[in-house]
Amino acid sequence: MSGSDFLLELRSEEIPARMQAGARAELEKLFRREMDAAGVEAGEITVWSTPRRLALIARGLPQATEAVSEELKGPPVGAPDAALEGFCRKAGVDKSALETRDVKGRATYFAVKNIPGRATKDLLAEAIPAIVRDFSWPKSMRWGAASISTESLRWVRPLSGIVALLGDDVIECEVHGVTSGSVTLGHRFHHSGDITIGNAADYAMKLRAGHVIVDHEERQDLIRSGAAKVASEAALKLVEDEGLVIENAGLTEWPVPLLGRFEEDFLEVPPETIQLTARVNQKYFVCEDVQGELANAFICTANIEAEDGGARVVDGNRKVLAARLSDARFFWDVDRKKTLAEHAKGLERITFHEKLGTVADKVDRVAELARWLVEEGIVKHADPELAEQAARLAKADLVTEMVGEFPELQGLMGGYYARAEGLPDAVADAIRDHYKPVGQGDEVPTAPVTVAVSLADKLDTLRSFFSIDEKPTGSKDPFALRRAALGIIRIVQDNALRMGIAQGDLLDFFADRLKVQQREAGVRHDLIDAVFALGGEDDLVRLLARVKALQSFMDTEDGANLLAGYKRAANILKKEDWHGAEGEIARTGEEDPLALVDDPDMRAVIEAKMAERHAKELSYSFEPAEKALMDALDTAEPAAAKAIEAEDFSAAMSALASLRAPIDRFFEEVTVNADEENKRAHRLDLLAQFRAAVHKVADFSRIEG
Amino acid sequence: MDRNPRKSFQDMILALHDFWAAQGCLILQPYDMRMGAGTFHTATTLRALGPEPWNAAFVQPCRRPTDGRYGENPNRLQHYYQYQVILKPSPPDIQDLYHQSLRVIGIDPLKHDIRFVEDDWESPTLGAWGLGWEVWCDGMEVTQFTYFQQMGGFDCKPVAGELTYGLERLAMYIQGVDNVYDLDFNGQGVTYGDVFLENEKQMSKWNFEVAETDALFDLFNKAEAECRNALANEVPIAAYEQAVEASHIFNLLQARGVISVQERASYMGRVRDLARGSCEAHMAKEAAGWAEKYPEWSK
Repeated sequence: MSGSDFLLELRSEEIPARMQAGARAELEKLFRREMDAAGVEAGEITVWSTPRRLALIARGLPQATEAVSEELKGPPVGAPDAALEGFCRKAGVDKSALETRDVKGRATYFAVKNIPGRATKDLLAEAIPAIVRDFSWPKSMRWGAASISTESLRWVRPLSGIVALLGDDVIECEVHGVTSGSVTLGHRFHHSGDITIGNAADYAMKLRAGHVIVDHEERQDLIRSGAAKVASEAALKLVEDEGLVIENAGLTEWPVPLLGRFEEDFLEVPPETIQLTARVNQKYFVCEDVQGELANAFICTANIEAEDGGARVVDGNRKVLAARLSDARFFWDVDRKKTLAEHAKGLERITFHEKLGTVADKVDRVAELARWLVEEGIVKHADPELAEQAARLAKADLVTEMVGEFPELQGLMGGYYARAEGLPDAVADAIRDHYKPVGQGDEVPTAPVTVAVSLADKLDTLRSFFSIDEKPTGSKDPFALRRAALGIIRIVQDNALRMGIAQGDLLDFFADRLKVQQREAGVRHDLIDAVFALGGEDDLVRLLARVKALQSFMDTEDGANLLAGYKRAANILKKEDWHGAEGEIARTGEEDPLALVDDPDMRAVIEAKMAERHAKELSYSFEPAEKALMDALDTAEPAAAKAIEAEDFSAAMSALASLRAPIDRFFEEVTVNADEENKRAHRLDLLAQFRAAVHKVADFSRIEG
Repeated sequence: MDRNPRKSFQDMILALHDFWAAQGCLILQPYDMRMGAGTFHTATTLRALGPEPWNAAFVQPCRRPTDGRYGENPNRLQHYYQYQVILKPSPPDIQDLYHQSLRVIGIDPLKHDIRFVEDDWESPTLGAWGLGWEVWCDGMEVTQFTYFQQMGGFDCKPVAGELTYGLERLAMYIQGVDNVYDLDFNGQGVTYGDVFLENEKQMSKWNFEVAETDALFDLFNKAEAECRNALANEVPIAAYEQAVEASHIFNLLQARGVISVQERASYMGRVRDLARGSCEAHMAKEAAGWAEKYPEWSK
């Protein structure tokens, strides 16, 4: 027997456009939850939304669920009455209905529950009120006479009707006074009177006859293609905007894109402000002419097929836009009456953070830092004067009227105002772009002055917030410090800036961000750890070059085998609790023993100590494999150190690769735990020396595999 | 059939009065105090509290000192009119009634694009919020439509529906006029400018330049003290009036630019305390009677 299709429509007053996608998902989720709980295979589900309705169609529901039998094992016969009663209560059966069965030779009570199959229509009649009651909206409300009690139904806006049909039959139910039926309403103005739905199959069709396109995707398509069409009819090109498509589809049941014109004079204000005004305040699309310049046209999406073809609608919208654009032009004119330097004085009144002073204070710090970055040669080919000037003006647009109205235009407007007052392009560009990169796909600044300002701004933000212990925790990052760190990483990388980026906590924070960022680029996080673990590395460019060389090396056979040798050596040393000469120095309490190895003064100490030990131990003749490893280390260790010094990391890897054969042979032929103490000590020292040589390049103990 | 729409500013008000009176609304007159919005009228704030049905419509002159433009801006005014309708409990056909009211003043929804765009309302000063929309007519916001959920920090039981029409905007739209001062006021040659232009010039000057700020600070403190005096003597309506007074004085101080950003929050908090305190006292005074008459209300 083939199943029946189920239709549910929840009609309400206008649902906010931004909530409709979530509401569709919620409706499907709750419906599936209810069907799962009732044991009904939900099958294929379609959900639709308009501003005034949410609809769900589930295809091929069975007429009824199958009967099931459930057995529950109870206490043995002869158990205390209390236990038996407890079991009956839990199982929901009468004592007389219990069966006894033999369980491993013991008579035991069983409750057998036969759950009969239930008609799907009955299950749906229970499910619908549950769905409505449990529906979660970002914001919900009470309404009407029932709201005299706060227990009354909550919905996004007043819920006014429910259509529930299984096949051709109404599923009868009631939620807080709203009763289900087969009757709905069409378009608010294009259709009067009720529309009676026969079944799921004729729902969309009947609504269409009532001037409602219930499928939101179809409305989106209509807006997308309709807007493109009216634009091309005017010899223009639509500036595509998927967000606007979805929003307008969420505001209309019968979308009709209409093109209007605004006065050409308005085009003298920056095009971004026109586009933003049109988009944010009025939800209009904009168009470009054949040259790709913003045209004096807008496209609004009406919800009616107006009798006059939309002439009045367009004219009304034109007036509203004109008023908005007048405001934008007013802001543009007023803002330009002052220089950015004059505007910047207003930053003294804006608190950046209560513990960090005003924005003007921040600007001072950033200006100093931007200049320093240039003067130190970290950012090359920039004029320190320009870098400082740009930094001093970069935040000035925050106190302009235009940015007050449209915060999204921060930076961009500053750039326009800088150019309008005749500042150098390098300064205007730096003001415009200093917030970049904002998102993942956003471009990274490369113009030297911009790089200096952008880097200084973000570094200051991070250092300042870390200095007052305002660090991101979990999902909380109110000051967008992760984004700032990622921005710095990308600027430093793309421009190959050589600098110590941070210390302490902040360096660890960068390491975490770097791992996240590099994972996406296919770099192994354990290799980043292996290099960071050496400590003292705060130069991201050098670090990444080293990680990259390490990753190539680890992909070779030599790399993999060397790692195996390393792990074996490290295990032996750990088992023997052997720290080697370096370790003994380390145990003097210095926090970072490996940093000391590279310290020229300490090196002399270590060598003296090694020589002393060697003198004691040279009382036996080495086995060939032992000697080979010693020789290899004598060559490889300085070679690796020298290569690292020269930042030739592939040469450093080659030096390590030269140890692979000797260490393999050593393990094959030499017994480390020799009976003679001096032999054992020398061999363990040799392994420690091998480990130290490897650590010149990276902490292999952090490498997985 | 729609009636032949009457198009002058005063005709529009009369048409709305006729329409809402026919729906059973009391036609009230403006509250005789300076206030920032029709919502401050006791017919809205205090009547939104409690279980008793309440349907009223009225025009309320609104004072927004900082919006003054000396009569030089075509649509910004420091004094303008709102048409307020309050329906408690919100009737199921409230949206239909609203659409009918638009037809009555000459807006045909098959010629003009009417849309409901999400816009939730909140007044921290009144401890009030609601969900609703701004209603667009061809892209222009003409009405604020709100279901009050809380007032003075109390749940609205039942919920009232509030419609606030921006009368000047609607009239400009209906008359096809681009400058508010060109509006036809009475259909017999008197314009909005004839009535209000000089007021706007003088009042903008007074709001921004002339008003004696020491006296305003003094008035604010006195209103605050008087509100507390009224509360202590259990006359909450009188207390509420002083809260409204303090709110307007605060707006004037803002226009004079003598309240710093830091002080601003503190002044707003003081006004909020007065408004909330008045609502609380009103509730306390009425609650027993309401509970007796509407047992389901107190649940």
